Amino acid sequence: MNAANGSTGSGKRVVVAGYGPAAHRLAETLRGRGFAGPITMLGEEPRSAYDRVALTSYLDGKTAEDLTYPVPAGITPRLGARVTGIDRQARLVTTEDGHAEPYDVLVLATGSSAFVPPVPGRDLPGCFVYRTIDDLDAIREAARGASSGIVVGGGLLGLEAAEALRGLGLATHVVEMGPWLMPRQVDEGGGVVLRRHIEALGLSVHTGAGVAEIQPGPDGRVARLVKPDGEAVEAQIVVFSAGVRPRDELARRAGLAVGERGGVVVDEGMRTGDPSIYAIGECALAAGTVYGLAGPCFTQAEVAADRIMGGTASFTGADVSTKLKLLGVDVASFGSLDGGLDVTFMDPVGGVYKKLFVSDDARTLLGGICVGDAEPYAALRPLVGRELPASPTELLFAGTAAISADLPDDAQVCSCNNVTTGRVRQAIAEEGLTDVQGVKRCTRAGTTCGSCVPMLRQILVSSGVDVGKAMCEHFPHSRAELYDIVRVRGITTFSQLVAEHGTGRGCGVCKPAVASILASLGGGHILDGEQAALQDTNDHFLANIQRNGTYSVVPRIPGGEITPEKLIVIGEVARDFGLYTKITGGQRIDLLGARVEQLPAIWKRLVDAGFESGHAYGKALRTVKSCVGSTWCRYGVQDSVGLAIALELRYRGLRSPHKLKSAVSGCARECAEARSKDFGVIATEQGWNLYVGGNGGFKPRHADLLAADVPTGELIRIIDRFLMFYIRTADRLQRTAAWVESLDGGLDYLREVIVEDSLGICAELEDQMERHAAYYADEWRATIEDPDKLRRFVSFVNAPGVPDPSISFETERDQIKPVLIPLEVTRS
Amino acid sequence: MSVDLRDPARPPGAGQTWVQVCSYTDLLPERGACVLVGSLQIALFRTFEGRLHAIGNRDPFSGAYVLARGIVGTRGEEPTVASPMHQQAFSLVTGECLDDPAVAVPVYPVRVADGVVEVGVA
Ligand code: SRM
Ligand SMILES: Cc1cc2nc3c(=O)[nH]c(=O)nc-3n(C[C@H](O)[C@H](O)[C@H](O)COP(=O)(O)OP(=O)(O)OC[C@H]3O[C@@H](n4cnc5c(N)ncnc54)[C@H](O)[C@@H]3O)c2cc1C
Ligand code: SF4
Ligand code: FES
Repeated sequence: MNAANGSTGSGKRVVVAGYGPAAHRLAETLRGRGFAGPITMLGEEPRSAYDRVALTSYLDGKTAEDLTYPVPAGITPRLGARVTGIDRQARLVTTEDGHAEPYDVLVLATGSSAFVPPVPGRDLPGCFVYRTIDDLDAIREAARGASSGIVVGGGLLGLEAAEALRGLGLATHVVEMGPWLMPRQVDEGGGVVLRRHIEALGLSVHTGAGVAEIQPGPDGRVARLVKPDGEAVEAQIVVFSAGVRPRDELARRAGLAVGERGGVVVDEGMRTGDPSIYAIGECALAAGTVYGLAGPCFTQAEVAADRIMGGTASFTGADVSTKLKLLGVDVASFGSLDGGLDVTFMDPVGGVYKKLFVSDDARTLLGGICVGDAEPYAALRPLVGRELPASPTELLFAGTAAISADLPDDAQVCSCNNVTTGRVRQAIAEEGLTDVQGVKRCTRAGTTCGSCVPMLRQILVSSGVDVGKAMCEHFPHSRAELYDIVRVRGITTFSQLVAEHGTGRGCGVCKPAVASILASLGGGHILDGEQAALQDTNDHFLANIQRNGTYSVVPRIPGGEITPEKLIVIGEVARDFGLYTKITGGQRIDLLGARVEQLPAIWKRLVDAGFESGHAYGKALRTVKSCVGSTWCRYGVQDSVGLAIALELRYRGLRSPHKLKSAVSGCARECAEARSKDFGVIATEQGWNLYVGGNGGFKPRHADLLAADVPTGELIRIIDRFLMFYIRTADRLQRTAAWVESLDGGLDYLREVIVEDSLGICAELEDQMERHAAYYADEWRATIEDPDKLRRFVSFVNAPGVPDPSISFETERDQIKPVLIPLEVTRS
Repeated sequence: MSVDLRDPARPPGAGQTWVQVCSYTDLLPERGACVLVGSLQIALFRTFEGRLHAIGNRDPFSGAYVLARGIVGTRGEEPTVASPMHQQAFSLVTGECLDDPAVAVPVYPVRVADGVVEVGVA
């Protein structure tokens, strides 16, 4: 953009109708470039512009203030002021409350409104749209008395709204007219995979389904939605998300041209037919399109600002790539979704669908779709319209690293903010940037939807900057490097490590990580000496902290096998200490609600009955689940319970970069869900199959087969090596799933190292595990036998017998439940 | 978000009394401990260098009385404790939350006399 300098146009009065993200960006750009004239924002909503892209986060903890953009200096916002008329002759706009505002330049930035299809019942109480903070307040309020909800529209925003309803605890349905979900972003194959993901999360999907009617119940509120085929879906809330319509009514009334399907017609400079009136954002029909994404709206705002200041910038169209994480599923599309040749990869089991569109000569990338794994998205998007750096198949599987180094300077890396790779490289070089934060600050890239952040990190790396590796401000090393330093130099204390290799006195990130390293290298009891001060509260109290400051107690129940006598003891302990009792997902029992001063007495009773710590609190082995196996089950081919117990006892107490879970199934029916574990074993007629690198949790992944039909002794040897190699080389809080994926050469490399011993370290790894197993001691017993350690189990050092008065309980379903401590905060 | 949890009714230093709470050796280096003074829960910390700090025990983000159980460390030169609930760091000197400057917890004067730790309360 090449506006003349800031003095141009400084006398003009700029008035903006609408105060949303586009309006905000306009004002910010004008001020940022030295525009000195008065700027007035007339916004209909009762608050200043906020980040609508992040709207949904308002339902999970963000406040309206968190989302609100700072008001640029010297701006007069008039809030709750809907513009109702434009007098082009007098150059005056009027608002609903009777105010008149004269302008030299008027910018229409009125955005869009949600489209509500004209179906009977659409106005009933219980019907909503999903566009503003006020809408979300209303939905949240209505959800309190509701059990299920329907979103009409299975597009991008519809699925986001569905996620929100689910988050509010409603059984959620999505009704989509089109033949599959997100018909505008993904093709049919992608739609199928997406649907499977979404149904797996418990949402009901109705595609190819319109709405015939919304019917009220006896209370006059929404009670059900009836589809054209007569099927009724019961729900108390209906959210319409069936597309948006540009709010062009002001322009229409003022005689300005609007498009056939809506949108204020503007030229390349974002100017309407009236030279003093501009239109930007979602209300504008620019370059033949109404753009419904933040990125193009921001670019339009910048172009209009430039023109107002006498510049010649123009808007000629924009990238409409989208990437989002919906209900934990990555969905992305970019470039053009038809034409030329296409290459498709589909893994219906893993729920991954990827498709690239290339030119007929297979040399130029036209566009692509990813569902279930959007890793290639950030890297491929900037290559649209360019020659492919590798074969389409290779690109489908390439990570960001492979591609980023070759990105040409003019390739756009951040489409939300129209930032090129060259601009990022230049900022890194000129400003000496060393992290993504800095790139965001200097270039704005990565500050909107965030999908380009992995690429920004890669550009930093390819510019020679060392990023992400540093654990925190105290250590420039990765966890694996620190592990090596500690192991090779024989360091035994944090103080020595930080004095020789770091700075300061550590923090909540590096201290627990170093504690774990020291513990896995055989550091004795984790509460010995200085080590105690490194542990987070869970390890420090050998129990998991709960939201009211109490703790949970989870005794180990190896393989899930337990005698009736032991079950009775658990019941008695829970009863005598008044603890809430629950069967966990790990085949054992959780006792919750213990105050710190109760913990030793609870453990004493449990330890006396033969229990020990289950390490539910540690980054350590959790459980080895089992199925009943060949002893009882008519299908079982091996003793899965016996092996599970043996594994749990061998690896109990093993401290690791993240928690470790395992399971053993007695046959291929897999009742123990071994393939969802860090290491899982499934019995075969000949022995055991070992699977590694699985987990449930945030990003589920099935474990991969590492060794087949191995006998028990060899199985254990391979697991020893696998775990020790993981402990040596993984990052802090990196589960084995992510670790296996991060290994250069992946599973094959892992097999070379730990099965074929290509590095010659297997004997050492086994040795280390032998030592772990030999020196294992129960942490609870060691604590209750040591008066020094016991002294810290009090709520108050000056009143050891006094329980924390802030902790109290009520009763629910015959058990205790924390009374939540009110958040009394004063807001200014 | 702007939340200030310092007690507005208690200007620092005004009309304060010293209360003996525990002996210095009750406190472990780089670890916190909580003391109950009237109905106030005060988290005491002993740093690596041996200095003492006292702040309110209530974690303003969760409402739970747990700050004494956080990890003690530094950010730059500032001694800190990280909330054990969701890891926000608080300055032990000013009580301010370094991850959200609009939030703060009260700080209390603290001193050692003859091996006994005393905190100053209004
Ligand atoms: C108690 C339990 C829920 C239950 O009532 O069933 C549970 C409770 C907690 N889980 Fe879990 N998880 C429990 C089974 C699971 C399972 C299912 C399983 O193990 O079969 C999973 C998915 C499987 C997996 O891990 O791969 C699971 C995935 C998570 C995750 C996500 C991990 C991930 O890699 O994405 C976390 C967060 C973390 O560890 O960082 C988590 C973290 C937690 C924490 C520690 C959260 C916290 O910091 O307070 C909860 C502790 C509560 C407590 O004090 O006991 N929990 N958690 C289950 C304990 C099993 C046990 O006996 O040890
Ligand atoms: C839930 C949700 C999620 C989204 N997610 C993404 C995403 O992930 N990525 C992405 O790129 N985009 C996303 N978007 C779209 C993005 O928010 C919009 O493109 C962007 O907000 C458009 O900005 P705007 O300023 O043009 O319009 P708007 O945000 O609609 O703002 C217009 C403002 O003008 C006001 N107004 C209208 N008429 C008048 C009048 N007559 N007088 C006064 N004021 C008036 C309106 O009340 C509103 O406050 C999402 C939108 C929603 C609703
Ligand atoms: S996994 Fe096989 S042996 Fe185990 S319970 Fe299931 S069917 Fe039976
Ligand atoms: S692409 Fe959305 S922030 Fe960069």
